[in-house]
Amino acid sequence: MADSSANAGPKLESMKVVEGSYALAHAVMCCSPDVVSAYPITPQTHIVEHLSKFVADGKMPSEFITVDSEFSALSALVGSSAAGARCYSATTSQGLALMFEVLYNVSGMRLPVVMTVANRALSAPLSIWNDHQDSMGARDSGWIQLYAESVQEAVDLTAVAYKIAEAEDILTPAMVCMDGFILTHVYEPVQLLDREIVNEFLPPYAPKIVLDPKNPKTFGAFVDPSMFTEYRYMQYQAQKRALLAIERADREFFEIFGRSYGGLLEVYRGDDAEIMLIAMGSVCGTIKDTIDELRSDGVKVGLIRIRSFRPFPVEAIRKALADASVVAVIEKDVTVGNEGALVSEIKAALYNSKVGIPVIGFVVGLGGRDVTVAGVKNVVSKALGVREGRMDHEFEFLSLREELL
Amino acid sequence: MKEIRFHGRGGQGAVTAAEMIAVAAFEDGRFSQAFPAFGVERRGAPVMAFARIADEPIRMRSQIYQPDYVVVQDVTLLEVVDVASGLSPSGMIIINADRSGEDLPLDTAAKVVTIDATKIAIEILGRPIVNTTMLGAFCGATGEVGLEGINKAIIERFPGELGKKNLAAVKAAYERVTS
Repeated sequence: MADSSANAGPKLESMKVVEGSYALAHAVMCCSPDVVSAYPITPQTHIVEHLSKFVADGKMPSEFITVDSEFSALSALVGSSAAGARCYSATTSQGLALMFEVLYNVSGMRLPVVMTVANRALSAPLSIWNDHQDSMGARDSGWIQLYAESVQEAVDLTAVAYKIAEAEDILTPAMVCMDGFILTHVYEPVQLLDREIVNEFLPPYAPKIVLDPKNPKTFGAFVDPSMFTEYRYMQYQAQKRALLAIERADREFFEIFGRSYGGLLEVYRGDDAEIMLIAMGSVCGTIKDTIDELRSDGVKVGLIRIRSFRPFPVEAIRKALADASVVAVIEKDVTVGNEGALVSEIKAALYNSKVGIPVIGFVVGLGGRDVTVAGVKNVVSKALGVREGRMDHEFEFLSLREELL
Repeated sequence: MKEIRFHGRGGQGAVTAAEMIAVAAFEDGRFSQAFPAFGVERRGAPVMAFARIADEPIRMRSQIYQPDYVVVQDVTLLEVVDVASGLSPSGMIIINADRSGEDLPLDTAAKVVTIDATKIAIEILGRPIVNTTMLGAFCGATGEVGLEGINKAIIERFPGELGKKNLAAVKAAYERVTS
């Protein structure tokens, strides 16, 4: 794990205040995909608009395939990627749901497509606003899932995702998840990527096995019960190898770009933390500011920010929780019928380990509900209660508006 | 960190104003952030946008509930939105109005600055689009961002003749609040 304190800090003079979607589209351009196919949907729309403009203006020599739906967008990339093209798409919410069947085809055929998910709630009721229900629904689709805290991280993860996905021993598609509106529509200083420097970091995609009329092959063919399990096992093994590849890519990115995020996860103020919060995505920024405030009042609280949800970094989580007393998971999704997806995974990660501490879970920010400093403090105070032996709820929806129920 | 909340109506460019503040503050060598209160935008409906300015990188992602500054682009919003909600008593609210703060239905301990931005915009731009004019007033009244940065942000956003006219509107508003 790279030492994130080695970061020299952002250099204002090389940064520019731009919209998150622009910065992301610019990053995609710098990764030089051969084929882009995407269908516009709020709040991902600006990314696709910028990309189609880059292509139309001749700045980006990619094939931009316009399609009638997200299902077609990802299907077009199945063929393109199998033919050896570096491929990109972006979607969100209902669009990702419409891709569901194709997601499994992409991962099963071991096609290293990279896709931005501008995280948004799923209908019904209809909501265009942010939460993580969409990408959580694709949790088991075989894709790598990386979550960004800031626009800069989403930009950097785009190049990193290709590096990981295309590695010969991984060959697994990757989603870069960035919070819809909160990161796609924010204006903030970003160091835009440089195409030539990205080329140093990311060699051209040169797969050994491709669709080629001169040497015909079949991808995604019928497999009977005697072999199906082994195909799934090979995907499972590839994601296990991705655990190392993600750490390695973070170090390599740091060597070239001078920015490191901690690899599979980032631990913030974890030293001597009794209460450890766990979260993903942009809400971690608000949580860090809250932690600083609570720390100055003497509350020993820290954060584990999960960057890689698939593969899930079980060992790194166990290690980061070795000295904690209580874990409070803050997440923007709910598995209706049980609890939050992340809190379930955290409990599962700890069950057979030596870390025997209470874990509580909180659902926040569904359908765009703002997550405030007061909300995070509320979570911490409940976690402090658990440390004193009071567990009122193992899992709850934070700040419910009882008057609406 | 300084937090700014913009109130406007859909189509008046409140979101653009917040974005230009972020660009301007960055030009001054500070970190900045701007984002809309993501609504389903409709022309004429009340909208909000937010900006933060700080000397350190900004991590906070929540909306702004206790602003240091509030900018109100349309005085009729005072009847439908609690524009001064959470405003710091040591802060400032800048309102596009043709009368002084005492004549407005406002409940705040903060300083109230009014400017007839609609009049300036119609005179200079020929249209009642007041966002850039209000930026000039913000710049002059608060000193939180420099005029040069604002001008640069405007030229970047509105190249050509439109940009020049907007610069003139900014200057007029700046001079009005600083004189």
